[in-house]
Amino acid sequence: MTNTKFKDRVLSVRPEPLQAADMTTLQVNLGYQCNLACKHCHVSAGPGRTESMDEQTAATMLRVFAENPFETLDLTGGAPELNPHFRWIVAEARKAGRRVIVRTNLAVFFEQGMEDLPEFFRDHGVELIASLPYYLEDSVDRVRGGGTFKKIIAALRQLNNLGFGNGASGRSLGLVYNPQGAFLSPDQATLEAQYKHELKERFDVSFSRLYAFTNMPIGRFRDFLQRTGNLEKYMQKLACAFNPQTLDNIMCRSLLNVGWNGALYDCDFNQVLGLPVSPEASRHIRDFDFDALSKRRIATDDHCYGCTAGQGSS
Amino acid sequence: MTEYYKAEDLGRFGEVGKHNTALFKKFLDWYNASLEPGALTKREKVLIGVAVAHVVQCPYCIDAYTNSCLEEGMSLEHITEAVHVASAIRGGASLIHTIQAHNAVDRTSL
Repeated sequence: MTNTKFKDRVLSVRPEPLQAADMTTLQVNLGYQCNLACKHCHVSAGPGRTESMDEQTAATMLRVFAENPFETLDLTGGAPELNPHFRWIVAEARKAGRRVIVRTNLAVFFEQGMEDLPEFFRDHGVELIASLPYYLEDSVDRVRGGGTFKKIIAALRQLNNLGFGNGASGRSLGLVYNPQGAFLSPDQATLEAQYKHELKERFDVSFSRLYAFTNMPIGRFRDFLQRTGNLEKYMQKLACAFNPQTLDNIMCRSLLNVGWNGALYDCDFNQVLGLPVSPEASRHIRDFDFDALSKRRIATDDHCYGCTAGQGSS
Repeated sequence: MTEYYKAEDLGRFGEVGKHNTALFKKFLDWYNASLEPGALTKREKVLIGVAVAHVVQCPYCIDAYTNSCLEEGMSLEHITEAVHVASAIRGGASLIHTIQAHNAVDRTSL
């Protein structure tokens, strides 16, 4: 497949393997249940998944967050909002006044009992990062399921009405672009301008900033690559686009990922692949050791080419 | 057509230089330089590329430039509009020759 292993490629441009730098973000995957089943999902999340963080694990995670110098709690899933302890987790984390980011699919606002989520996010000063693979209905519904795009636009309008994405202080609303297939992302700044123009012109909605991500060759997206005979070509494409400049700010160096069951990982992708963090004595949130984890060597494999391709994907 | 146009043959493009390396190098330098952003952005250039690819009906170029368009954040909406422009010009170029036919008729008719 790729001729050079990722770890060797790193060693060809740096004196030592990747290591954690400033551990400022605690990223927590609250579970794999989701109202959608997107074709590009690295978690293979969906309505049929039952993995979900329980109250005891969430309490331990919140204690670790409060007692250590993390700046940001980054909640992801699945749809993190579907975890039964979600609102309590957000409220507790915000009590310390620290930054809380929720990665939302927006369509979840239209699930039963979730209708007041926009007001909840406003009242608790939550920053939102929302997945929107493209600004056209056909392209989005093809990846995320029929009818999803219309829900997303309606959700964006609700959020705009509450001040999210309109430049209001503390109401940040980021959008995430994902390629709708086996190709790389465009330049982020150019695409952001395009998104802002098109979403305003076509739907009268606005947002704060765009993140152009690369699809990771794992989970449901890897199944697609294999099924369509694109896996080898895609891996070559990622490896050919390796950009050493992305290594300084690659997200695994500044975050620690917590799985739904409390297991610790370098990132959400390693979680899906079952690649644990290196310090064996601290591989679960109940055994959290800030000093050991903040100096840890990052566990890598060839999927990491996805975070170093082109402009990077962190 | 399949046996003539194999997708994997695009990866063998370099073999074209086998019997005249110097000329092929000149072509590649010219080709690569032409796609560098200048007064036109890369996005505009690949859109021209996909339109021309359809007019010259090159399956390799269509594959390559369609992917380039996707990687520049464009969709089938953009590609289709570009191909319509190129195809309309091609159609117009044929139609304008009707005047040649008119002229020929005029020259030879009573």
